[in-house]
Amino acid sequence: MNWVIDHIPELLSAAVDHLQLALLPVVVGLVLSLPLGWVANRWTVARAILVPVSGLLYTIPSLALFVMMPLLLGTKILDPINVQAALTIYTVALLVRSIADALAAVPDSVVQAASAMGYRTVGRFFAVELPLAIPVLVAGVRVAAVSNISLVAVGQIIGVGGLGYFLLHGAQSSPPNYQEIIAGIALIVLLALVVDGLLALAGRALTPWTRQQRGPVGRGRSVVSR
Amino acid sequence: MPTQGVRVIEFQSVTKRYADGTVAVDSLDLTIDAGRITVLVGPSGCGKTTSLRMINRMVEATSGTILVNGEDIRAQRPATLRRGIGYVIQNAGLFPHRTVIDNIATVPVLLGTKKAAARRRAEELLDTVGLPRELGKRYPAQLSGGQQQRVGVARALAADPPVLLMDEPFSAVDPVVRDDLQEELLRLQSELGKTIVFVTHDIDEAIKLGDKVAVLRVGGELAQYDTPATLLAKPVDDFVASFVGRDRGYRALGFLSAHGAEVVPLSTIPLGSPVDEARAALTGGWGVVVDENQAPLGWVSTSSLSTVEGELRSADLVAGGSLYVADSPKSGSLRTALDAALSSPSGVGIAVDSGGAVTGGVTAESVLKALDEARRSGEVPS
Ligand SMILES: Nc1ncnc2c1ncn2[C@@H]1O[C@H](COP(=O)(O)OP(=O)(O)OP(=O)(O)O)[C@@H](O)[C@H]1O
Ligand SMILES: [Mg+2]
Repeated sequence: MNWVIDHIPELLSAAVDHLQLALLPVVVGLVLSLPLGWVANRWTVARAILVPVSGLLYTIPSLALFVMMPLLLGTKILDPINVQAALTIYTVALLVRSIADALAAVPDSVVQAASAMGYRTVGRFFAVELPLAIPVLVAGVRVAAVSNISLVAVGQIIGVGGLGYFLLHGAQSSPPNYQEIIAGIALIVLLALVVDGLLALAGRALTPWTRQQRGPVGRGRSVVSR
Repeated sequence: MPTQGVRVIEFQSVTKRYADGTVAVDSLDLTIDAGRITVLVGPSGCGKTTSLRMINRMVEATSGTILVNGEDIRAQRPATLRRGIGYVIQNAGLFPHRTVIDNIATVPVLLGTKKAAARRRAEELLDTVGLPRELGKRYPAQLSGGQQQRVGVARALAADPPVLLMDEPFSAVDPVVRDDLQEELLRLQSELGKTIVFVTHDIDEAIKLGDKVAVLRVGGELAQYDTPATLLAKPVDDFVASFVGRDRGYRALGFLSAHGAEVVPLSTIPLGSPVDEARAALTGGWGVVVDENQAPLGWVSTSSLSTVEGELRSADLVAGGSLYVADSPKSGSLRTALDAALSSPSGVGIAVDSGGAVTGGVTAESVLKALDEARRSGEVPS
């Protein structure tokens, strides 16, 4: 434990970096995926293109994607943007499909009713379709967040890896510093668990209607005028 | 009674051809009366929903014109038009993520009403549709089907639109609840006087609710457009005749007042009378037992009294049939009179006044005689 106790400030600041590297792409990816998912749900042709393409993107090995980023973006090799852009691509690849599916699962009668009440397309999306998609959406965001938190460590290959630094550094020390490696891994797992748990809680808080049990129902009073 | 100016809806040779070539509605000409319930009825796929949805532009007509109060509906943007037209669909189509109150407040909020004011109005609407206010905080999934349907009606009424479109609103609930909802709609309509277009495939519902009924045939053609009474008495062709059903003659009696049917005196026996007195009071072997207000409790007959001693108790009565109200002007229909006669154990139907007191009896024969006279005087198109 000595090594850990001596390096608490470094570990903490790396953890903060790690979170930021992992979660900023989740936010940006979510914002990008919403219109894409909406488009994919709206037009069959768009879906036929977007869903397979995003599936394909997700299969690119993270290592390859990280290494390609400076070439694609023209950025410096140590720029954190490289890792964040790559993780944004993964997030979008994950979320486009789940958003399209979540929107498709909103009952048609509800969407029709919203139109009939006088919602325009955009208003209806934010007032009705998006809230109803939240449960599926949150599930997608949780997967993306956890997956990004573990992928950030791989970014250490191009010099930006948050807690990944300790894994690589510990492994390359001679003899290997197992305390350092284990501390890095443990923190990554801890971050993933905490973020996942917080997102799950947020999802519950945002969807109170999914938890309500069917209460005792009295039949409505009939033919009563007053 | 109407709360706003009149709203006539006119279809002028309106046709709807879907992208796949299906002609759902074929040059429909129809004028829907303001402040009345007009029912569109017909077999599945005959274009009822399509016709209804063309009114609020959920479906755009391929050709022809629809006027609401003389104004082409295409003059307004669809969303604006729809905020002024109430819409109720089967299964209510409530927003699952909004409480009952917020569901009802939807259109007023869209129209710019402050949320708090819209919610207060929504609470009043719960009263209007006969739901307790406590239900306001629930989510739709926590309501029964009938309650959800009432909320659907309240939501459609929230912005007080002059026109209400209802697409099979009651078809997903069980018959007892459906009956309640129908009665409630009629009561509401008598207070609100909206222009209601109501779609159903149930001819009984059409006849019960409609001031006028439009029967459509598959292919979206108008087969007949008349009052329910005329529809039953004079269907224009075999299609309409078979659609309105076999017992249409019997149901047509529902539109004739029973005041023409002769009411004969009945012997009434107060509950608690000595059985000997009761026996002496029977006419034709039967007598009606009444309470202190002269309201009928049941029948006694020579044979039912043969084993009874002492005073007449409720347990000694033979259950009665249906009743009908016989004092004008709120007289019941010949149908209720005939039903009273047919369902009575004595063969004599009990007529009551509007206060529920027995005024006499009616036989099936006298109902048929009244029908005959109505026919001869031209009251019934024969
Ligand atoms: N979007 C659509 N595209 C193509 N055809 C359609 C569409 N909507 C309806 N139709 C067809 O138009 C015809 C009329 O449909 P509509 O829904 O108006 O009938 P309906 O009288 O309401 O029937 P139901 O009693 O079953 O509800 C049917 O043949 C139907 O298949
Ligand atoms: Mg229909």
